Amino acid sequence: MRLIIREDPKAVAYYTANYVRQRINEFKPTRKRPFVLGLPTGSTPVEVYWHLVDFYKRSEVTFRNVVTFSMDEYVGLPQSHPESYCSFMHRHLYDHIDLHPKNIHMLNGNAEDLAAECQRYEEKIKEVGGIELFLGGIGPDGHIAFNEPGSSLESVTRVKTLAYETVLANARFFGGDVNKVPKLALTVGVGTVRAAREVLLIITGAHKAVALAKCIEEGVNHMWTLSVVQLHPSAMIVCDEDATLELHVKTVRYFKSIEQVQEQLIGRQNISLKGSISKLTSSDISHQFSAATDPMASSAAGVQVDPSNSDSESSAHDDYSTRPESEDDDVGSLTDSQHSDNGSDTSNADMSSSTNALAASSSDAQCTTGFSGSSVPAATVGSPF
Amino acid sequence: MESSSGSITQFYNCLVLKDHNLVKDYLYVQDGKIIDPAKMFWEEKRTPDVRIDCKGGIVAPGYIDVQINGAFGYDFSNDTDIIEEAVENISKGLLLQGCTAYCPTTVSSRPEVYHKVLPHLGPRKGSIENGAAVLGAHIEGPFISPQKKGAHELATLRTAKNGLSDFDECYGLENLRKYAAYVTMAPEVEGITDTISALIKETGISIASGHSNATTAQADEAFKKGANMITHLFNAMHPFHQRDPGIIGLLGASDSRPFYGIICDGIHVHPHSVMIAYYAHPNGACLVTDAMSAQSLPDGFYKLGEMDVDVHGGHVYIKGTNTIAGSIATLAECVRKFIKFTGASKVEALENATLHPAQMLGISDKKGTLTHGADADILILNQDLDVQRVFIAGVEATSNNVRFKQKL
Repeated sequence: MRLIIREDPKAVAYYTANYVRQRINEFKPTRKRPFVLGLPTGSTPVEVYWHLVDFYKRSEVTFRNVVTFSMDEYVGLPQSHPESYCSFMHRHLYDHIDLHPKNIHMLNGNAEDLAAECQRYEEKIKEVGGIELFLGGIGPDGHIAFNEPGSSLESVTRVKTLAYETVLANARFFGGDVNKVPKLALTVGVGTVRAAREVLLIITGAHKAVALAKCIEEGVNHMWTLSVVQLHPSAMIVCDEDATLELHVKTVRYFKSIEQVQEQLIGRQNISLKGSISKLTSSDISHQFSAATDPMASSAAGVQVDPSNSDSESSAHDDYSTRPESEDDDVGSLTDSQHSDNGSDTSNADMSSSTNALAASSSDAQCTTGFSGSSVPAATVGSPF
Repeated sequence: MESSSGSITQFYNCLVLKDHNLVKDYLYVQDGKIIDPAKMFWEEKRTPDVRIDCKGGIVAPGYIDVQINGAFGYDFSNDTDIIEEAVENISKGLLLQGCTAYCPTTVSSRPEVYHKVLPHLGPRKGSIENGAAVLGAHIEGPFISPQKKGAHELATLRTAKNGLSDFDECYGLENLRKYAAYVTMAPEVEGITDTISALIKETGISIASGHSNATTAQADEAFKKGANMITHLFNAMHPFHQRDPGIIGLLGASDSRPFYGIICDGIHVHPHSVMIAYYAHPNGACLVTDAMSAQSLPDGFYKLGEMDVDVHGGHVYIKGTNTIAGSIATLAECVRKFIKFTGASKVEALENATLHPAQMLGISDKKGTLTHGADADILILNQDLDVQRVFIAGVEATSNNVRFKQKL
């Protein structure tokens, strides 16, 4: 799991929107192979959508071949109601971009047979080839979509009764009157989100801090349904400083350090979109050893690539390919490549294996500074995050 | 859900006059009406067919002029033999100026004139072929005060001591029903105040007080009986006196207050007077031109009806005198001058020329507004409120497709 920590919700929103833009552009969607995006509602996504609209207006992204699925919708609220999720999405995103209405899938909270509607939705997702990237926020109680505490971690799209806390949190959109807030909603299941090829959660604000801490530092638990990201091969959380308030200082430092290592030592141009390392040239490697600015960096720089592990033929550029079958690039066996000699230079070796080496070495490096490494996440697809 | 057939136009890159504000938003038009985009998007799954770049301009409803006697050399009261041509050409000319709906106004006349002319001044849809929409006639007089007749002919003035039958004899009640929007009368004239309610009930028209020496008490009685409008405030009425403010005093009433037309050419009413009136009752202000036939004519000498007039420098004088013979302002100019005189916001100025006149006539669901379902009479204005583009029933009106019936 990647945890990207930014200063404030504005920076979080920009990072997220920019990531979505890059993912869509790299994917190069076509009519037959569209980019399938899962989208949330709420106050945090509003600013993400603002940036996406801005990117569209500057012709930096097009939604022509994007298909969207929303996470949830209130039951019984007329579609034209200003607080229905249809109205929300139209107002903040759909009215401003070139996404055609026939490519938009919303749950119909006014369907006669709600169970059939949920079934239809799940089938539609499968029909378009599954969700490529699911964006989401969380509630203070750690729920994803309306999967309130106690939801099965394998759940599918279904009708849910909203938790009182959620009703209270949503009252602000209904003039502060809890009686006006719908009590039932259709929601994608935890399982539905897990089935997406990538999950990106946007978590900002001090009131989300406890949930974030539960998700990162404790176990997978149905009382904090967002914790399933631990089991997802390609998950990312983008959060602000306030949301980290309940995390251990060492956790926050750890994740920040990973980004720092990437930026300063490996170089952004060598990091793929999903975080794996693409080709490192020899100049980059020698740069690693000469530009040691802090103790952590220099010990990390002691790691060398194992040339014998250049068997993964797909270059790292394919790591983030979106074909489902390429999911298991670079998994696993490379974690124990530990290298201590500083000299040998494998300039053209495929560096995808180095990522996990790096992961192990960063944790080692941090071991030397007393970091227990207990919260090092499992090596995921081609990436230490 | 069946898909509607008409082409959908989206106005973008604009500030839309919406909910008493200028907001960055889009406006959607289909089949000559303003439509709800959410319905188009979700139910019909359609996107716009035509997109119009407003270049950051202001999108407002088309202007509505409820007091205009003539323009382009034509006059509704005098050109009785060529009345159709007059309506055609004035409607087209006004449209290109940004006035998309108006009430052709007649001065006090004899019954035979009304019977001849009113059937041609009745409501008519606005379109490229027709020009601006005609909202029905504004019949100004002849039940007005001889002391406040202005330029009206004394011999035509009369009283209504026989109540409704006098109205029937003068205009024809059926003509009022079919062709009139509202009638201006003086409350103190005999029989008027007593007949107002019956007249409204019988014919459905609105009533305005004007050309009158009424005391505030008389004006108030007329208002309470249903006269919800004042015709060209300050002009042709008892001046403001601190102990008897006359009709003008209605703007200071503590409960409800009527609408009022006000001519903002800077000539008929002093700018300071405009400001005083406006801030006494902002919600009632209706900008009107009270323009006469010389409007839009180049400077020069003209014989208009029985009058010889001298048009120059934005003024119209009776030839050889300093007497103002009428106004030649356009409503767009009045809107701009209004802001200069009062310091009011653009929203307020625009609503005085759109929403308030529509409310006065009881048609604010269809005209003077950009809400869903309203007629797509739309102006694109720049930040100085100069009219850039005009749309009537959703179609753009330009000098290419709006042609005068007869060359002037």
